[in-house]
Amino acid sequence: MIEKKQLTCVACPKGCEVAVEFEGNEIISIDGHACPQGEDYAKEEVVAPTRILPTTAVVKNGSLPLVPVKTTKAIPLEVIHDAMSIIGNIEVEAPIKMGDVLIENILDTGADIVATRNLARQI
Amino acid sequence: MHKLNKELVVIGGGPAGLAAAKEAYEKGIKDVMVIERDMELGGILPQCIHNGFGVHHFKEELTGPEYAQRFIDDVAERDIEVKLNTMVLDVTKDKKVYAVNKEEGFSEIQAEAVILAMGCRERTAGAIGIPGTRPAGVITAGTAQRYTNIEGYVPGDEVVVLGSGDIGLIMARRMRLEGADVKAVCELLPYTGGLTRNVVQCLEDYDIPLMLNHTVTEIIGNGKLEAVEISEVDENLNPIPETAKIIKADTLLLSVGLIPENELSKKADVVLDDRTSGPIVNEGRETNIEGIFACGNVLHVHDLVDWVTQESEIAGDWAAKYIKGDYKRSGGEVEVKAGENVSYVIPQKIELESEDRNRIPLYMRVSTPLTAVDVNLYADGEKLYSFSEPFAKPGEMISVPLAQKTLDGLDDLKEIRVDIIEKEGN
Repeated sequence: MIEKKQLTCVACPKGCEVAVEFEGNEIISIDGHACPQGEDYAKEEVVAPTRILPTTAVVKNGSLPLVPVKTTKAIPLEVIHDAMSIIGNIEVEAPIKMGDVLIENILDTGADIVATRNLARQI
Repeated sequence: MHKLNKELVVIGGGPAGLAAAKEAYEKGIKDVMVIERDMELGGILPQCIHNGFGVHHFKEELTGPEYAQRFIDDVAERDIEVKLNTMVLDVTKDKKVYAVNKEEGFSEIQAEAVILAMGCRERTAGAIGIPGTRPAGVITAGTAQRYTNIEGYVPGDEVVVLGSGDIGLIMARRMRLEGADVKAVCELLPYTGGLTRNVVQCLEDYDIPLMLNHTVTEIIGNGKLEAVEISEVDENLNPIPETAKIIKADTLLLSVGLIPENELSKKADVVLDDRTSGPIVNEGRETNIEGIFACGNVLHVHDLVDWVTQESEIAGDWAAKYIKGDYKRSGGEVEVKAGENVSYVIPQKIELESEDRNRIPLYMRVSTPLTAVDVNLYADGEKLYSFSEPFAKPGEMISVPLAQKTLDGLDDLKEIRVDIIEKEGN
């Protein structure tokens, strides 16, 4: 059965309205995107949507109690909640540098969890 | 009292102030001081932990703290003086800045030029006058963001968000990810005030309902918020009583607009624009007071920090030119007018003459959502040029480049006007 989906491309803040026709995992047509990123986005969004996950991790002996973190690449939307509970269970010792890897290859997604700021030790 | 002299004083160490300070330094002004009231630089970005920053400016997607860190590093690498935990109390039109901190007490800094980069603040429950009690649990979305992302407290379990501005959308997702039940995002208008990508990634991904044409009509609870009453509104935005329903909630997040923070600007006799609530500026982002510039959210509220950076570089560049005496006023002032469907245009006037510029970017917003539009520029009523866009939304700023050479031929020009109009038959 051919299905139709109306998507809003989020590859950039422009937000093109993209119409996708597909059957199962097979794309039949993509229309309405202004650039090639829109085509990639629409394909992925229909077959297997992924997202960057930004959140925070608990810090021990830091100048602040939390450090912001993110996945180094987009991970499947369906594992976001599992990833949240793993990140929610770690505690990181300050000092922390932006880019420090806090969890490697989370849930076998190929994405690491990295710190997104510098955080000094508590004085 | 400390007395000192500086070539350039930048008030505010957020993305606007940092980019302006860096740019002025790069343009030859080495005696720069950035004054920040918080304990660290970066402004609001350190609490904006989500991604989506920098797509225009850096051509890559960064989180807020990462975007801030690049400018913090830029400033640290240069000999730019930074005063943290320092509050500016007063600015005068002859460019004296009065500031106070714990270590040095009260200081008077005589600057040759001042850049205002104080940012904006959120509208509160009091500002929008919601009926009902005044319990704990009614907070602005930005306050909830600070609690959740910096201080480590998730403010509630059952959440309703009023207003679909970007911070409201971002916080709806954030609280859902932290385990809260986000029951609805209510928006008074028939369209969202936030970026489309945030509606998709923050609400649709998590099945959080976006209730357009809805508002909160009563706050219920003694001591602590217990519930909110929401109602649909008619085309005049008046609540329809028979649509009222009660939603149980312990937290109401408000994302109902941002207001440029211009108390200091007013003290320096800077004239504000009623439409933007920020200073009226020329193309150098110079206010009516010579040598006092403004950029970032203190000038007008931006949707993307990338535009703040671009605008702050303009302000930093012209502040450097001012200090070096590298520009002159043309004598004639060209008024930049917001025409049909345009709520405002920055700059409001063009009046500077300079050798080294190619274009003047005009920043604007539409007053209502439009599809298939022509953006038309007129010089004293005659069409200069136009271009098409598939759509225009009030939540997304439009940047229109005005070529310097277009102006060069127009000696007695009085007015540039921009219209944004839907194509016929649309």
